[in-house]
Amino acid sequence: MTSRLRGRHVFGAQNDERSVQAEENAPTPAQLNLTRLFEQNQERQQKNMAAKATEQPSDGQAKGKPRLLLMGQRRSGKSSISSVVFHKLPPSETLFLESTARIQKDQLPSFMDFQVWDFPGQIDIFENPTFDMDAMFGEIGALIWVIDAQDDYMEAVARLNITILNLQQTYPNIKIEVFIHKVDGLSDDYKLDIQRDITIRIQDELSDHGFENAPVTFHLTSIYNHSIFEAFSKVIQKLIPRLGILEAMLTNLCRTCRFEKAYLFDVTSKIYIATDSAPADMTSYEICSDYIDVIIDVTEVYGSWPRSDNYRGALEASPWSQKIEDQVASNWAESCIVLSDGNKPIILREVDKYLALVAIMKEDSYDKMPLVNMNVEVIVQGLKEFFDITKPK
Amino acid sequence: MADTESTTASMSHAPVSDVRNEVKKPKKKKVLLMGKSGSGKSSMRSIIFSNYIARDTRRLGATIDIDLSHVKFLGNLTLNLWDCGGQEAFTENYLTQQRVHVFSNVGVLIYVFDIESRDVDRDMATYVSIISALTQYSPTAKVYVLIHKMDLITMHAREAVFVDRVRLVQQKTSEYTQAAGIAGEVDLIPFATSIWDQSLYKAWASIIHDLVPNLSVIESQLGSLGTIIEAEEMLLFERTSFLVVSSWTSEEGQHNPTGDRQERMSNILKHFKQSISRFTGTPRNAEQFTLMEHKAGTRFSMFVCKFTTNTYLMVVLPPGEARFNSARFNCEIARESFKFLDGAASGPAQGQRT
Repeated sequence: MTSRLRGRHVFGAQNDERSVQAEENAPTPAQLNLTRLFEQNQERQQKNMAAKATEQPSDGQAKGKPRLLLMGQRRSGKSSISSVVFHKLPPSETLFLESTARIQKDQLPSFMDFQVWDFPGQIDIFENPTFDMDAMFGEIGALIWVIDAQDDYMEAVARLNITILNLQQTYPNIKIEVFIHKVDGLSDDYKLDIQRDITIRIQDELSDHGFENAPVTFHLTSIYNHSIFEAFSKVIQKLIPRLGILEAMLTNLCRTCRFEKAYLFDVTSKIYIATDSAPADMTSYEICSDYIDVIIDVTEVYGSWPRSDNYRGALEASPWSQKIEDQVASNWAESCIVLSDGNKPIILREVDKYLALVAIMKEDSYDKMPLVNMNVEVIVQGLKEFFDITKPK
Repeated sequence: MADTESTTASMSHAPVSDVRNEVKKPKKKKVLLMGKSGSGKSSMRSIIFSNYIARDTRRLGATIDIDLSHVKFLGNLTLNLWDCGGQEAFTENYLTQQRVHVFSNVGVLIYVFDIESRDVDRDMATYVSIISALTQYSPTAKVYVLIHKMDLITMHAREAVFVDRVRLVQQKTSEYTQAAGIAGEVDLIPFATSIWDQSLYKAWASIIHDLVPNLSVIESQLGSLGTIIEAEEMLLFERTSFLVVSSWTSEEGQHNPTGDRQERMSNILKHFKQSISRFTGTPRNAEQFTLMEHKAGTRFSMFVCKFTTNTYLMVVLPPGEARFNSARFNCEIARESFKFLDGAASGPAQGQRT
């Protein structure tokens, strides 16, 4: 209830609130209108959901942080995945990870503050009555089931089926993502065969029990390449409210600035939370994500130590005679690299603490950089407004 | 072979004092890469000079006999790199039949120790016999000792293990020199290295540093450019290997707490170069980018640009749009005075070296 109450007075315009609002950061009429529309939609959606799932608290999803549950057989690679993606462990070091004995809960400070719960594979939560199912699945965002593709996966598939059937009855909104894992080293044909086999086995089982079109998605992953990030990106994107608008904004930017591809990245996890409508390919994702790494590394070396006051004084003296803050064009990180191959620039622009926009541009467009920067600035402002309005209240 | 070639060259040309000809055929000093079999000599060489990534080196087979390569560096400087297979039979052969052939006219000996080696005493014995051959035929050669595969040692123990091993090597060396009655110590320069981090770049940048002619000129020119554009730091990279050839740091920049930043930058840029080559599908050795700029708000700005034909220049600046743009222009202009790096005017370099 609080979310709606607090949300309402933004456009409800109570007399006592108005002055404070105006002082802080007066929202424009357009902004207010957008907010109101969003709230209305959200309300309608929640009503629908409440109708479908009566047990679920009506505004549980809006309030809590989205949660990703990692489950699967033991030694299927759950802890390795979470260490590589969220803790930046080099993939080769995951050999030394101990097996997980109890549920590992990770809070990830990122743009949408999600939690990752890593379940030990040897425990079956449905047979063990001590688990509070509501606490676990009540506010869930997605359930990620990891299957080791290089192992015999029959048992894993059987357990997954039981889990899905159990969950479908009580929590039908849970998105189930199946990671067919450790596919590095398998041939492309073999990978697809496995994927088809697993998909059929699960869908047959579900339709036998009367669940058609259950929300189950399959991904082929490996921690030794970018596929695991790609898969996580798709999972996270499903949890973002109004993803379509984000994508439309990026598509628009790509069209006006003639970008080949634009990604909105979560900088810490390298997961992209939105991209434009052009088909995404792995190589462009890789180069953008690697470029973020370069910038992070360079900034760590040169942008993390304090300069002396004298130095600052000298820099602000003539011939510049301006404060440092006034000398820079933008307070946010702006970066660009021009590739030799076709003179293609790749640009990077910091959006806020957690997000960055990375885009691959068309050949020979470096000369238009000032104009591009202005356009990007507009989009970035738009993105900020978007997150301001849609953030959980 | 190399030995006879160079002596005849100096004999026939020196009297005529044909400087031009001498420039064209510089006396190439050898760089010997030695160490026990499997210690990582060829891996190292492939990463630095052939743009391999660390993972790929697993595919390398054993080096049979001597792998000769002429590595072009900075255009006119050619490294005559002798990668010597380390199996005992080969080593025996180098020390006996090929002794003169291998150990004469050596500029630099790079001796690689595997930190994980089980038979340290034997390693040391081989090392000492190689040093004895070296002091016999090339007494002026510099000796670099690389303690390799340091990534296999746990973080906190690395320093101690390294110091310990270096002490052992030094002790063995001085025992030998005293016994053989050689005046003065053999000058050892030790490095702890691993192909999995930037330590490799540190060692090789230092080795290269000694081989580049005209270094003082480059350094002073870089310094004056840096002062003019108010830079904090400038690094000059070689084009293919991305080793730091020369660097300059302003007074303020010297307070930077990151001590290993040069080799870190080499590592970062080289890795990204490989990412680009995967993206564009161009060969790894090809040139990959022409310009990279980064403006981090009110903290700092930096750019890396193609400088001369064989070099990239990285400039770290204090924040400021106008400062950044003028620095870019100034570097364009300064390019002209660094042209000599590409080889045309290498005359004085030869003079200095001989």
